[in-house]
Amino acid sequence: MIEGALFLSALLSVFITVGIIGVLLFETVSFFGEVSILDFLTDTEWTPLFADKHFGILPLFTGTFLTTLIAMAVSLPIGLISAIYLSEYASDRLRTTAKPFLEILAAIPTVVYGYFALLFVTPLLQKIIPDLSGFNALSPGIVMGIMIIPIISSLSEDAMHAVPNGLREGGYALGSTRLQVALRVVLPAAFSGVAASFILGISRAVGETMIVAVAAGLQPRLTLNPFVPVETVTAYIVQVSLGDTPAGTIEYRTIFAAGMSLFVVTFLLNIISYSLRKRFREVYE
Amino acid sequence: MDAAFHVQKLNVFYGKKQALRDVNMEIPAKAVTAVIGPSGCGKSTFVRCLNRMNDLVPGFRVEGSILYQGKDIYSRGMDVIDVRRKIGMVFQKPNPFPKSIYENIAYGLRIQGVKNKEKIDTVVEESLKKAAIWEEVKDRLPQSALSLSGGQQQRLCIARALAVAPEVLLLDEPTSAIDPIATGRIEELLRELKESYTIVIVTHNMQQAARISDITGFFLMGELVEFDPTSRMFTNPKDSRTEDYITGRFG
Repeated sequence: MIEGALFLSALLSVFITVGIIGVLLFETVSFFGEVSILDFLTDTEWTPLFADKHFGILPLFTGTFLTTLIAMAVSLPIGLISAIYLSEYASDRLRTTAKPFLEILAAIPTVVYGYFALLFVTPLLQKIIPDLSGFNALSPGIVMGIMIIPIISSLSEDAMHAVPNGLREGGYALGSTRLQVALRVVLPAAFSGVAASFILGISRAVGETMIVAVAAGLQPRLTLNPFVPVETVTAYIVQVSLGDTPAGTIEYRTIFAAGMSLFVVTFLLNIISYSLRKRFREVYE
Repeated sequence: MDAAFHVQKLNVFYGKKQALRDVNMEIPAKAVTAVIGPSGCGKSTFVRCLNRMNDLVPGFRVEGSILYQGKDIYSRGMDVIDVRRKIGMVFQKPNPFPKSIYENIAYGLRIQGVKNKEKIDTVVEESLKKAAIWEEVKDRLPQSALSLSGGQQQRLCIARALAVAPEVLLLDEPTSAIDPIATGRIEELLRELKESYTIVIVTHNMQQAARISDITGFFLMGELVEFDPTSRMFTNPKDSRTEDYITGRFG
């Protein structure tokens, strides 16, 4: 009885996943019945809501790419440095108190981060960069980076903390300084776990919606300039879902085509992350 | 025989617990000193004091002095990095870095800032030869060190320790995690190495102590009960507790 109930609930989540992929696929296929894949991948404009319709996904992906790049440029070094500090330098007491605090960052609703970017970080940045547009890729990118720091620091710290003490002792016994042990012994030994945390961070940034929808500007634009308004794949989906787009139209189907492309990207990233973590486990068990 | 270490009134504490009591010992240079005793007697703690590895243990405190070549290694102003470079260590469980065989040996030079590839190549080859593992690994230097067997890994760790040109080699039960054949090779190796290095080996295996050491210290409950030339200790121990231990009555 209990086993059956557990099995059913496990089955349910599998069904839901399969259902989502099914719907995505179905609508995507009918989308590509009307728009050629070549146009979708090569056209440099994305204007499905205008009279002159173009269906090039590239501007949305450059928006996603740009904000993700900025987010990783912030979260990667800070996350990694705090992981090294917590794992190799901090006392046990500090580590066990500081880590939960850091993880609280991950519990803040992303819409709050979005308005934090729009109403606090952007005006702040405008003081330094006068040309910065009110909506831009830079500010939400930075704020996304702050949001991702705990993912990277927490998972990297787990990976580094799992490195056997014997390796550290081996390093010290050869006359290493603490920094040398951290950077040349522990970090390489934890490499796959650390890399997996980066990739998880990237996939989080790629899939992040609210921050970019609020602060990046909702203007699809093929550019790598972080100072002007852009739109990401996720932000587009929000934008079109909020409007009064009738079901079954081509505008409606763009949601699924964009969603499918996004799914493929994050799915690949998750596979890479999973295989890296698996390799990591094999080394020390 | 000249003494490499003069250990004087050494008391060691972990927090409030005392691990070593009033240990006095003169460890001879270029000889094998064995440290034996039952589990928990402080023998590992003792050798880990000799290159300050215990500094890494929270709550560790030391009293008394350990003179190495006349200088107290625990005195202020003593560079602990320098101490560990001169006094190398091999651990109970083989702990090669998850890098290639070559990089494991090169590590000690790289952290000292040596960049010259020829010099590193030479040291890698010499160290592996000294540790009697060169023939087995010379064709597979770029392979991961974790692909070696346990006994090979341990000899690799010895080679890694030798690569930084230490004067002393401390070994903390180096053969307890490997098979008897590999153990035999490491014992043979230690007999060769004592020509040029001061060796201190912790072992729970009394036959091993008898086979390879020149002088043996017997620890019990944190105290050095007896410290004598190995031949005398194993044939004619002074202390009845030593006799009980080496004849297998406890431990």
